[in-house]
Amino acid sequence: MTENPNDLDQPEERVPRRVIGTPPPRGDDSVLGTRPATDEPIVYEGAKFPDPVTARRGERVAALLFLVSFIAAVAFIVSYVAFQVGTIDRTQVSNLALGASLTVALLSLAAGVVVWVRQIMPKYSLVQERHPMSSPREVREEVEKTFLQGADESGFVRHKLLRRTLLLAAAPLGLLPLVLLKDLGPLPGTSLRHTVWKKGRRLLVEGTSQPIRAADFNSPGGILSIVPDGYENNLNALAKATLILIKFRPEDLKPGTKLNWTYDSIVAYSKICTHVGCPAALYEQTTHHILCPCHQSTFDAADGAKVIFGPAARPLPQLPIGVDGEGYLIAQSDFDVPVGPSFWERGDAEAEARGQA
Amino acid sequence: MSLDGPPKAIAGPANFIDERIGAGTFLKRNLRKVFPDHWSFLLGEIALYSFIILLLTGTFLTFWFKPSMAEVAYNGSYGPLVGVHMSQAYESSLHISFDVRGGLLMRQIHHWAALLFVAGMMVHMLRVFFTGAYRKPRELNWIIGVLLLTLALVEGLTGYSLPDDLLSGAGLRITEGVAISLPLVGTYLTYFLFGGEYPGEDVISRFYSLHILLIPGILLALISAHLILMWVQKHTQMPGKGRTESNVVGAPFYPSFMAKSGAYFLFTFGVVALLGTFAQINPIWLFGPYTPADISAGSQPDFYMGFLEGSLRIMPAWEINFLGHTLPLSVLIPALLPMGIIMTGLALYPFAEQWITGDRREHHLADRPRNNPHRTSIGLAAITFYGILWLLGANDVISSKFHISLYTTSEVGRVVIFAGPAIAYYITYRMCIGLQRKDLETVVHGVESGVIKRLPNGEYIEVHVPPAEDLLALMQGKKSIPAIEAASDGEGVPPKGMRNPLGRIRARLSEAYSADTDAISLDGGDGHHNGHDGHEAPHAAVGAGGDEAKSIGH
Amino acid sequence: MNSITARRRHPFARYAVLLLALSLLGGVYALLAPGGDRADAAIASGKADDVTAGKELFAAHCASCHGLNAEGSYAPGGASGPSLIGVGAAAVDFQVSSGRMPFANPGPQAPRKRPPEWVSPDTVRQLAAYVQSLGGGPTKPSLASVDPTKGDPAKGGELFRANCIQCHNFVGSGGGLTYGKYAPPLNPATPTQIYEAMATGPQAMPVFNDSTITPEQKRDMIAYIVGARNQADPGGSGLGRIGPVTEGLVAWVVGISLLALAAIWITAKKRQANHD
Repeated sequence: MTENPNDLDQPEERVPRRVIGTPPPRGDDSVLGTRPATDEPIVYEGAKFPDPVTARRGERVAALLFLVSFIAAVAFIVSYVAFQVGTIDRTQVSNLALGASLTVALLSLAAGVVVWVRQIMPKYSLVQERHPMSSPREVREEVEKTFLQGADESGFVRHKLLRRTLLLAAAPLGLLPLVLLKDLGPLPGTSLRHTVWKKGRRLLVEGTSQPIRAADFNSPGGILSIVPDGYENNLNALAKATLILIKFRPEDLKPGTKLNWTYDSIVAYSKICTHVGCPAALYEQTTHHILCPCHQSTFDAADGAKVIFGPAARPLPQLPIGVDGEGYLIAQSDFDVPVGPSFWERGDAEAEARGQA
Repeated sequence: MSLDGPPKAIAGPANFIDERIGAGTFLKRNLRKVFPDHWSFLLGEIALYSFIILLLTGTFLTFWFKPSMAEVAYNGSYGPLVGVHMSQAYESSLHISFDVRGGLLMRQIHHWAALLFVAGMMVHMLRVFFTGAYRKPRELNWIIGVLLLTLALVEGLTGYSLPDDLLSGAGLRITEGVAISLPLVGTYLTYFLFGGEYPGEDVISRFYSLHILLIPGILLALISAHLILMWVQKHTQMPGKGRTESNVVGAPFYPSFMAKSGAYFLFTFGVVALLGTFAQINPIWLFGPYTPADISAGSQPDFYMGFLEGSLRIMPAWEINFLGHTLPLSVLIPALLPMGIIMTGLALYPFAEQWITGDRREHHLADRPRNNPHRTSIGLAAITFYGILWLLGANDVISSKFHISLYTTSEVGRVVIFAGPAIAYYITYRMCIGLQRKDLETVVHGVESGVIKRLPNGEYIEVHVPPAEDLLALMQGKKSIPAIEAASDGEGVPPKGMRNPLGRIRARLSEAYSADTDAISLDGGDGHHNGHDGHEAPHAAVGAGGDEAKSIGH
Repeated sequence: MNSITARRRHPFARYAVLLLALSLLGGVYALLAPGGDRADAAIASGKADDVTAGKELFAAHCASCHGLNAEGSYAPGGASGPSLIGVGAAAVDFQVSSGRMPFANPGPQAPRKRPPEWVSPDTVRQLAAYVQSLGGGPTKPSLASVDPTKGDPAKGGELFRANCIQCHNFVGSGGGLTYGKYAPPLNPATPTQIYEAMATGPQAMPVFNDSTITPEQKRDMIAYIVGARNQADPGGSGLGRIGPVTEGLVAWVVGISLLALAAIWITAKKRQANHD
């Protein structure tokens, strides 16, 4: 080559003209060792070439597909520049343009390669021998010998003290990473047994964060999702303290509901399902069913939210409520049992609560 | 034109590398490595290429995604959420979707590729199972595969949670509910995972590290090991003409298989791009930001977790309280048992089969599923078990779209989950035997030619011609299933190891597992002695060359 | 033609046919799956009450279940209906204009359907006036108070997520309830009907009265609901907007099927080379 690689107008006799895309002439070194000394024809054993007509047709089809792919790839770049995002509709157009061009580019390239393989490359029936995976006997024996020899040289077997202290040293090392993980989080303590509800805390309507008067929540069959005052955006608090508030006709309430924890036939239950903690909030006012959409545990809201179907084992805990001086609904205390899913240390908190009452 | 030698652009670097690491020897051995051709052998590549697409698109997404649960007020391009408080993770996911060109496409391709990654693993695994390709010497690779599938589920779960939308939050909540129900360690585990009370402020960034670093790293390592083992052990092949346990017949790696694999990568990418363009997936902007107080109807996990959702749904409310402790069986059993049965069963199957059949030989010829009826039936029973749970994971959608009572679906599910696999087992077994008989018919009598011939005695028969050579070879590739000695020896004293109860069970199993397979023998002319009577003679006689065909297999 | 005949008995032919059928099925499903954007027909608002005309309509079409004086009736296994005293004009307008009432076939829940011939904006207004006259109750909202363009969709979205999506799904595609009941999709509902449903709590749906969720807040929710259903799906087909269930179905039926077909094409052998 000349020193100036950009010099395209070289005399023809020095560098033969080449069509773009054809491979350059080989150099002096062959890819694997030296160049074959003679021009031995390559023997294609087990390969059957397609007839030239098929191959030519295949070439045309593949070339067409490659061309389509090229155009689609260019269209992708054009689409990237031409279509901006920033609104739903513009994003839709951009996604469609980029995606469709990418899809066409990839699929027609794939199809072209398949046509190439199927119509231009030969059909093969090559056979190769398999050998058993295991090593020959002599090799195994030699490895065994080497292993024993090495073990002997190392003195690991003979020197007992060395061996035992080494094992001793290694034992606790595996524990270190586990110890390091301790600070991932605090210990649970009794935090799972309490929520942020306490006497006098107002009930706020989720979504509006407004307190609510008992007198305003006056349509039987009504339901509201409730968050605690002061914690309406605190997800950790909401994960345990969210309530559903249901207004009943007085005659609909059944003995399972603690009547002195209600106010004017308004009942508050924990919204957190006692199965695995989804918000159980599908309320049917005709049947008083509360259904959890995750695993379909169903609770009877009129009867202390006792379980009538599904995998939940315990009723939704009821929160004692009342009103303050201005008539707004407030909590009378925290829940008397832990809310949400069961855990190992929970025990039969319901029985304990009954015992205290 | 053809080359008269390697082009300089390749020769130079190749020479450079060979002089430094001796790559030539490796290439000499491997460039023309033979790969058997069968469409089902490409299914595993769906998973491989999906993984590559996941790495590429995932990296793109990390350029904008912020794995933080800090609260911000949204002020981006998506109108209906402007002013809403949300986590930075959710905000940045919205940003990728609406304010980055190609961002939505990459998000959708990433998610579709994730679904195809797991689905591809599953179909690949089923192919390996039903053809017995997990047998010696490939048990290790099978176990790597089971690990890969398990890790893929975890990878999917962590990725699903990252955008912190209302739907992914529901999944996270269920994960928490399951984790906290574990006896003894549950609460501690949960508090460590979430950095305190649920949902805390840490889980997204922790899942992020797992999702983009630790799990993909392990996946990559295991996938490499999986491929290297496949390469070293050579691929299995379907039985056929000239194919034996000690050879491999097919096309060379270079250029044919390389081109095919390349094309298949492009197909995988193309199909994922097609889905990403025309089928919207995980529209997080519609779900809204996560809050533990809300949930949507039809909150489902991605399909590969659906079976866990289904098993949680059909479980009755069992919970045990003792000595101040609680054992929530209605969470523990459905969350751990089906997964445990499926994954442990998968991992142990190759060894269980070896133990039952006493077969310690290497196998490189794949079985046709019909030729090992018990294995195939066990597989179908497992698919049914999984499929029913999966279907029940969508029972609310089924209930509302097809107007079936919700409880009915659960109650039916509680019965079908036990009855379904048993029925599937029985039906599959009968089908396998039937298909074997059909093969026998073809081997012995040939295939229908469509030509009707009148015999001198006035009877009409259809002329049968011998089946094509490769079909015949495929059918005659059937192997009988070995049994341990106690099983085959009916009268004598059982061998030593077989006298204890375990040995007797083993003998019983071995007998059952290999039963019925020798009854239908396809290799050679033995088939004629199998309960067929006289009237077949004319068919065989007319099908000229039928006898010749029968002898090809040997 | 010849080559098709020759390949018909190809061992892969049946797989190809099966896969083709499966993907066609998937395609057809995707086409038939309900889209998110359906235009509503605006309904005319009533002008003047006509209690007398309403009473006649009531006697003809409603009294068989609800009783001659709307006091309700209960006949086990027969025609029964709740008392309509105090349900208000809004309830009548919702039930009759959406075709739910008169209830045609017994079932767990009255479905939305085409209203019968006699139902027109005028007759509904008259009927509503009659029921309103019996014991008051929520009235039909004015058009302005349900105008989606006047609401704040972001605020409405928060209320929608807090109160509605647990049954109706995140874009109002509906969902299942107990014993064959279901939360219907919100797409066919007009803004007025959405308002009336919230105010009256039809069938199993709870009530969201105006003193807990104010009319302005209801309008915000309507703005969100109408906005979401008219909103384009920027990522392609919405797949029915019911979440991961259809996504999983598409991944298998379209994704895996197409890739299996591709694998079959790549590896297919020509049985007889001289055919081509």
